[in-house]
Amino acid sequence: MNTNTKKRIDAKQFASTYGSLIGLVLLIIVFTILNSRYLGWANIRNILRMASINGLLAIGMTFVVLTGGIDLSVGAMMGCAGMYSAYFAQESMGLHWAVALLIGVGMGLVIGLFNGVCVSYLKVPAFVGTLGSMSIAQGLTFLITKAKPIPGLSEGFKNIGGGSVGPIPIPVIIMAGVLIICFILLYKTRYGRYIFAVGGNLNAAHVSGINTKRIICSVYVISGVLSSLAGAIMTARVTSGVTSTGDGYETDAIAMVVIGGTSLAGGKGRLWGTIVGILLIQCLTTGLDMMGVSYYLQLIIKGFVVIGAVMLDGLSAD
Amino acid sequence: MSLIELKGIKKSFYGVEVLHGVDLTLRPGTVHALMGENGAGKSTLMKVIAGVHKCDEGTILMDGKEVRINSPSEAQSLGIAMIHQELSPVREMTVAENIFLGREPSRMGFIDYRKLYAQTSDLLEKLRIPINPKSKMKSLRVADQQMVEIAKAISQNARIVIMDEPTSAITDNEVDSLFAMIEDMKAHDVGIIYISHKMGEIFRIADDITVLRDGTLVNTWPASEVDNDTLIKQMVGRELKEQFPKVAAPIGETVLEVKNLSLTGQYEDISFELHRGEILGLVGLVGAGRTEVMRSIFGMTQPEKGEILLNGKPVHMKSPADAIKKGIAYVTEDRKGEGLILPMSVFKNTTLSALKDFVKTGIIQDVKESKAVDEQVKALRIKVNNLKLPVKSLSGGNQQKVVLAKWMITGPDIMIFDEPTRGIDVGAKAEIYKIMCDYVAQGHAIIMISSEMPEAMGMSDRIIVLSNHKCSGELDRQEFSQEAIVQMQFKYM
Repeated sequence: MNTNTKKRIDAKQFASTYGSLIGLVLLIIVFTILNSRYLGWANIRNILRMASINGLLAIGMTFVVLTGGIDLSVGAMMGCAGMYSAYFAQESMGLHWAVALLIGVGMGLVIGLFNGVCVSYLKVPAFVGTLGSMSIAQGLTFLITKAKPIPGLSEGFKNIGGGSVGPIPIPVIIMAGVLIICFILLYKTRYGRYIFAVGGNLNAAHVSGINTKRIICSVYVISGVLSSLAGAIMTARVTSGVTSTGDGYETDAIAMVVIGGTSLAGGKGRLWGTIVGILLIQCLTTGLDMMGVSYYLQLIIKGFVVIGAVMLDGLSAD
Repeated sequence: MSLIELKGIKKSFYGVEVLHGVDLTLRPGTVHALMGENGAGKSTLMKVIAGVHKCDEGTILMDGKEVRINSPSEAQSLGIAMIHQELSPVREMTVAENIFLGREPSRMGFIDYRKLYAQTSDLLEKLRIPINPKSKMKSLRVADQQMVEIAKAISQNARIVIMDEPTSAITDNEVDSLFAMIEDMKAHDVGIIYISHKMGEIFRIADDITVLRDGTLVNTWPASEVDNDTLIKQMVGRELKEQFPKVAAPIGETVLEVKNLSLTGQYEDISFELHRGEILGLVGLVGAGRTEVMRSIFGMTQPEKGEILLNGKPVHMKSPADAIKKGIAYVTEDRKGEGLILPMSVFKNTTLSALKDFVKTGIIQDVKESKAVDEQVKALRIKVNNLKLPVKSLSGGNQQKVVLAKWMITGPDIMIFDEPTRGIDVGAKAEIYKIMCDYVAQGHAIIMISSEMPEAMGMSDRIIVLSNHKCSGELDRQEFSQEAIVQMQFKYM
């Protein structure tokens, strides 16, 4: 290999690995130039708080995508968990906020387990299985109050989404905790190694003695738990249960994962990439909001950003 | 005048020459049988004619004029049709759509379905194939799919039809109607190249017989001038040229015993014993059921009948994980499909099956893992610059060594090798043989499936032959002879 081609390959490799990170930095610089308040503490806190909530979905989605699957029901599970936790977090119920939170997260766990069993043991394609549970979860969301919003949540519960410990918002603390656990799971345990193996080559993983079905099933449970956790936090933040929570969030979650360089084919990806993806989407959304760019135009811009990021990543594919 | 004439055809894959200058002449109105062992180069040669592979050197003459065949569609327009060994119908389409795929009768740009089905009906009727042209391909039995494939070749009005083991999946009745079709084609001056392992068929229909061995032409005879025994001798009659570092280890007690194992459609009534210190060769033609038996021993499939005893105790292998726990390792024949996680690093592939040994309170111990990997890399002399590179970046031989390392690290008592040196260069081959010998010398045991006769005979202490899903014989090392083994391979065909 002559040095020229080697350099070219290195440049491609660099663009593919750090392209999104560089994009994120550029984005922050541009928005800061356009609006000096962008890098103000209040705005940073706001970005991190929102990124923490939406990011939980993307973290769960990363596990699923690494096995070569997809979870379309994350947004619906988020909404469902939000509604059910709100129902039990009403001041009038008199329950501890933790109980309400656990019930919400429990909903996600059950739906996630249902997804996992469908995809791994019953061999329903992930796209179809989770599309089905998306509909089921939406139905469950409407069922509990016949689609009416749930106001009057307890202070303890509202604190989960709106409160802070010192200067740091509670959602950010939760996210940090989740991230630490997920980093250890994915990179320091057998379980994490097996996730990559299953996504990289299902047959070889099976022959290597891995219980591939259990691994596949479990990632949907993780996705369900994290999505519902996000739903509960989001509900606490907006201080009432609304049925539209989480609508369309699955697309953002998938976008964050692929921007981070995780391959939809499975077996290849990185958790820190997803974090970059989460921040990139959130910084973009908040920045465009501050500039008063219409929601419709934002959708168009986001679409191009996702395609561009994945294109960059594809450079090193050959 | 010959229909097609091949002269000095050479073909290499990844720098390994598999055809070393082969000649072949097909006369119009005749059947030319092409014979040889697995890997002799028959299918490769035919794929050169059919435009699937391009030859590196040599000339192809049709009607005395040189032609170049660069793609299957060029072959088709030259009047060459091939019925492949592995069928590849479009399963969701109808029989008629499959037969006329890519050359559908059309009217004003639209497919003329009435004509399509009428033509197909005529064709199938003429060939006496009782299949509905409107049936979906997937609803047909394999034998019927095979007949459709044959009808497709005939419908192309080909002048040269290549049949690669066309009778491997069809019944005797269908063989008769296939042969009737062949007679009919011969009468129309079509030339047929017929690949088969079945001696009976060859002598029924062949006019000429060519034998290939190790990618070279042995000879071509008129069928009337050779007999069964001569052909077998010619197919295998080579000296054991390659070197095998076989060291006989002391044979110990029985470690694995298989009794009357059966699984419908895969293998029947298989029994054998495996002893410590032994390399047991498992030989047979492709499709004889060798791999299928091993998959059951490794827990990938469940036998319907029979028993597996490990160190004298009956065991039931529920899954590969279960088999690994019981000290069995399986180096599969499909390195890329079942052996390795290609996008994963060499390092992580190596420890994948033994990860639990490196875990303390749930966390993988990096230092311990690195040490174990380094030991294996050194012991097996895996050539790799950076253990973090994806395993797919290694050469075939080194990839195979990673597979071996992955299993060695689990500390197995029995290793099953399925075609352990397929597609590997000579140097790496010898190293893998050495690793196998060292392994059994430590009192372990190996079962080795091999389609390469010199390898099977050079490395095994004992050979079991499978023929058509059944055990057809067993030979001790001093009884090894290629003729005997090949006779056994054909015993139940």
